[in-house]
Amino acid sequence: MLVRLARAHLRPYRRSISLIVLLQLIQTLATLYLPTLNADIIDNGVVAGDTGYIFRTGGFMIAVTVLQIACAIGAVYFGARTAMALGRDIRAAVFDRVQLFSAREVGRFGAPSLITRTTNDVQQVQMLVLMTFTMMVSAPIMCVGGIAMALNQDVPLSALLLVIVPVLGILVSLIVRRMRPLFRGVQERIDTVNRVLREQIAGIRVIRAFVRDRYERERFAGANTDLYDISIRAGRLMSMMFPLVMLIVNLSSVAVVWFGGLRIDAKEMEIGALTAFLSYLMYILMSIMMATFMVMMLPRAEVCAERIQEVLATESSVTPPAAPVSTLRRHGELELRDVEFRFPGAEQPVLKDISLIARPGETTAVIGSTGSGKSTLLGLVPRLFDATGGTVLVDGEDVRTLAPETLAAVIGLVPQKPYLFSGTVASNLRYGNPDATDDELWHALETAQARDFVARMEGGLDASIAQGGTNVSGGQRQRLAIARALVRKPEIYLFDDSFSALDYATDAALRAALARETDRATVVIVAQRVSTIRGADRIVVLDEGRIVGTGTHGELMAGNETYREIVLSQLTEQEAA
Amino acid sequence: MTTADKQGPATDRAPEAPASAPRRGPAPGGGPMARMMGGPIDKSLNFKGSGKRLLAQMRPERGLITVALLLGVLSVALTVVGPKVLGRATDLIMAGIVGRDLPAGLTKEQAADLLRAHGQGGLADLVASMPVAPGPHTDFGAVGMVLLFVALIYVGSSVFGFVQARIATRVVQRTVFRMREQVEEKLARLPLSYFDKQQRGEVLSRATNDIDNIQQTLQQTLSQIVASLLTIVGVLGMMFWISWLLALVALVTVPVSVVVATKVGKRAQPQFVQQWKTTGKLNAHIEEMYTGHSLVKVFGREKESAALFREQNDALYSAGFKAQFISGIIQPAMMFIGNLNYVLVAVVGGLRVASGALSIGDVQAFIQYSRQFSQPLTQVASMANLVQSGVASAERVFELLDAAEQHPDAERPARPEQVTGRVAFEGVSFRYDENKPLIEDLSLSVRPGQTVAIVGPTGAGKTTLVNLLMRFYEVRDGRIVLDGVDIAEMSREELRGHIGMVLQDTWLFGGTIAENIAYGAPEGTSRDKVVEAARATHVDRFVRTLPDGYDTVIDEEGANVSVGEKQLITIARAFLAEPAILVLDEATSSVDTRTEVLIQHAMAQLRSGRTSFVIAHRLSTIRDADLILVMENGSIVEQGTHGTLLSADGAYARLYAAQFAEAVTEAG
Repeated sequence: MLVRLARAHLRPYRRSISLIVLLQLIQTLATLYLPTLNADIIDNGVVAGDTGYIFRTGGFMIAVTVLQIACAIGAVYFGARTAMALGRDIRAAVFDRVQLFSAREVGRFGAPSLITRTTNDVQQVQMLVLMTFTMMVSAPIMCVGGIAMALNQDVPLSALLLVIVPVLGILVSLIVRRMRPLFRGVQERIDTVNRVLREQIAGIRVIRAFVRDRYERERFAGANTDLYDISIRAGRLMSMMFPLVMLIVNLSSVAVVWFGGLRIDAKEMEIGALTAFLSYLMYILMSIMMATFMVMMLPRAEVCAERIQEVLATESSVTPPAAPVSTLRRHGELELRDVEFRFPGAEQPVLKDISLIARPGETTAVIGSTGSGKSTLLGLVPRLFDATGGTVLVDGEDVRTLAPETLAAVIGLVPQKPYLFSGTVASNLRYGNPDATDDELWHALETAQARDFVARMEGGLDASIAQGGTNVSGGQRQRLAIARALVRKPEIYLFDDSFSALDYATDAALRAALARETDRATVVIVAQRVSTIRGADRIVVLDEGRIVGTGTHGELMAGNETYREIVLSQLTEQEAA
Repeated sequence: MTTADKQGPATDRAPEAPASAPRRGPAPGGGPMARMMGGPIDKSLNFKGSGKRLLAQMRPERGLITVALLLGVLSVALTVVGPKVLGRATDLIMAGIVGRDLPAGLTKEQAADLLRAHGQGGLADLVASMPVAPGPHTDFGAVGMVLLFVALIYVGSSVFGFVQARIATRVVQRTVFRMREQVEEKLARLPLSYFDKQQRGEVLSRATNDIDNIQQTLQQTLSQIVASLLTIVGVLGMMFWISWLLALVALVTVPVSVVVATKVGKRAQPQFVQQWKTTGKLNAHIEEMYTGHSLVKVFGREKESAALFREQNDALYSAGFKAQFISGIIQPAMMFIGNLNYVLVAVVGGLRVASGALSIGDVQAFIQYSRQFSQPLTQVASMANLVQSGVASAERVFELLDAAEQHPDAERPARPEQVTGRVAFEGVSFRYDENKPLIEDLSLSVRPGQTVAIVGPTGAGKTTLVNLLMRFYEVRDGRIVLDGVDIAEMSREELRGHIGMVLQDTWLFGGTIAENIAYGAPEGTSRDKVVEAARATHVDRFVRTLPDGYDTVIDEEGANVSVGEKQLITIARAFLAEPAILVLDEATSSVDTRTEVLIQHAMAQLRSGRTSFVIAHRLSTIRDADLILVMENGSIVEQGTHGTLLSADGAYARLYAAQFAEAVTEAG
């Protein structure tokens, strides 16, 4: 998964990567050259007593070292650049993909999870790639180069490598193989412990109210013990790793001195080669260890890559049309024809057999109990979801054939959760219409009954709004969201239970003002309060995802049992009559 | 990579926090906590105090720590001695080479004189300084003995090292286990006021991220710092023992590397700050765009959102690149200095060997030592940052552990003989803020089975009343009596066991819907009972529209069910718990009134024989309450039934008129 992800996104950087490999190659070879030069110093300088040779070779060694650092820094430069660019590209790919998603996919992953995937997971992958470029690339070069240099020093002695390298490789990979699931387990259990704590903190009132302290204590103790157990198991393996590797490395050097000594004594090898050989042995074994540590880092990045890939591989259930229609009469006529909506695999559809027409200048209200599918119905119009059956038409065109901008331009939605973006009051109001003048903003605020409190806010239109709009009250948020839709001046207004946080007086004043403002637009209101919708031209009663009645308040009161129940639940019989 | 980078070249990277920060990232699927981490270390850090306290946390492991230290010293000592002894073997071989060119039978001194006579003064010095035995063969008996000895040394060092690391792991894990336990127990003892005052994310971050960080720090430093320091001392000693001149040469590079590392580190620091700043900005934008996803779509703002993303993404790229590049230079720079060191040692050592002042084996050992020397040095340097951040985390955890706790329950708590649900408030006073009286001298008496509705404007103290009844907060004066017993004398557990509650904030835990409904019920409650409760509270219908029905897993954010649906689930939960007293705090505000009526029908059944407290803004929901309390500014200004209160034409009538006047006129 990781490889596939990296390969796909590294393609544009092939040249940089070649350069990195080249620089790492030179850098590594330069490093590897030093022990050979040192051997020369010993054999030709020390043993022969030639001081001049020692100085000359020493000078040459410094030159090699300078070359080495130059290349190493170059490799870091291009490595950091490419890894960061890769991170940037993957992040952008994920972001773009999520932007294409419909509300359904966003709901499936959950916004927090998508955020983690776009930010943290990408960062993990980026970190791994960076380490690969700066350190890992040189490991195989170091290994192969080290072996070549060792062979160059003495071929028969290099036969030792045939034993040492496999032994180290096998032992290390055995440990690593056992370690990988353990590390994954450690991470999972840390997550579990943290999740339990998170739930305990978030749910503290409920836990205390339901006297579940003891149960929670046990739940935590269980999770904590699990974490301890697996950490100890992972720790044991870890403690074995380093001493074992060091033992192999050290015993190998003992073996090299012994067999080397025999060969030197037989005049088949020079003494300097022994010292050089020891150095090469270290390099080879170090590179194997480096590779191993890298392998241990893989699982975490692998998980992240999988999570990223999962997003990238998810197709939006709402796809833009192949040949988009971008001209629309723009009257604002809205029609739902035999619409059905069902989550894949669900026992019952959320909406079924929904047919209705909403015309310009009319207010259509949708009322029904929680879970009756009201919000889903509204979401079908701007294609937050696509109907799984039937069609949704705007001005006679199937919404699925319209260009997204064209469709968006005719719709003004006020969502159930009135989300505001960080910025100012003005920047939020202009969200749907960047060219609106201050006067237009004030006008919209007035209609939304928000003028007074905005005027009182420090800075007025320029008053700052925190992310999500958390620095204004729920009712204020709702009114700002309504004003935001008004500034857009769309043909179709969709209000999704947008008046619930308002007191009755404000609600009434707002609706009166709104009626004047939207008299030529198509208005669809989803609401729970009867008082909010009783003046509507048409009231659609939803129950369990089906339309059980359509008509005016009076008609429905006379002939619709469900509607009467709703009304009576809110008003006493007398009041309703 | 948790413990992965304990040793070896993988640790040689830049010591800056960002390299380790991603490890501390939130759990996969976790909330958007990312931005809380990797923050700057608090300036007011009491390093000494908190560090000491962190060490004190390990006190129960004193015995193990002592053993680990001893083993560590042994292991390091043997490791340090190794190369020197191995050098002896090389010397013997060298002696063999030199010796084989000399006629057998001569003594070393005779051979040296012979060489001088031939004008080979340099070689003569060399021979004189070595255990040369002139003759054709190397003394492999001696070489073998030396090598065997070295092998034993190495085996011993590894065995000690292994046992030491194992013990260290145990010490760290046990310490962290205990700290986690302490934190969790502390959370249970903290009064609710603590959670109300602190930001949840803050508390959470201390309980999770900070503890994780402490674990990482201890794990990576505990055995390492000791081993590194010992190695530095040991290696330094060996180097001076072999040759003080070479040792000085090698030491010259130490200050150089320290200076280079700190200089580069200092330059990298602002780049990292920049990197974290841009990361924060970008993440905030992503968070907003994902959370407001449908708005972006509906308002057709994808292009602008994407453009801003691209801009910030590019900014992060260039900041990240600079930070990584500058910090990435440290390692090659260190390697460069190491190589310079190598060259110096090779040259100076070569000269010394040639002049007979040093043996070739010693030079070989010296080269090994100088490599061993630089590694622990960089390790200790990189650990300084780690320790700093670990102690900062420890301090934050200690702050949590030091927070004031709620009064413990009485040792022998009182129990009402039979709980019928008779509740009385007798002269109760309470204030959240010492200087702001909220509830003053409130009295109220409720008969078993009565439904009490509490209404009034926000801040009137409605929720406070419930908080006091549940003993989430303790009364300041007066008392609350449940069936003749002061609740302050009961255990909290006993008291709350009799009360079922549905709260404003709908809390569901990460489990299935069925598990969430069964939360308050005794263990082993059957699925049938769960479904029954779900039907009674209208949860059943929407559960069946979900792909996995009752087994639908509610994720932490509860993204797959709506607010109203969540509230229904919490109602089902209270329903199934069958308590003597029910508390509904704004419980139905997100449920439409029709569903609410259905629930109330179900609740009416549940309420028979149970005392209920209902807090609601919507007067429509409480019309048939036995007793309506109208609260204003912490005191009850009116009480009675709907009818009596309306005819009294007081506060209730005004509230009622405000809500219904318009509806009534329209209806008329």
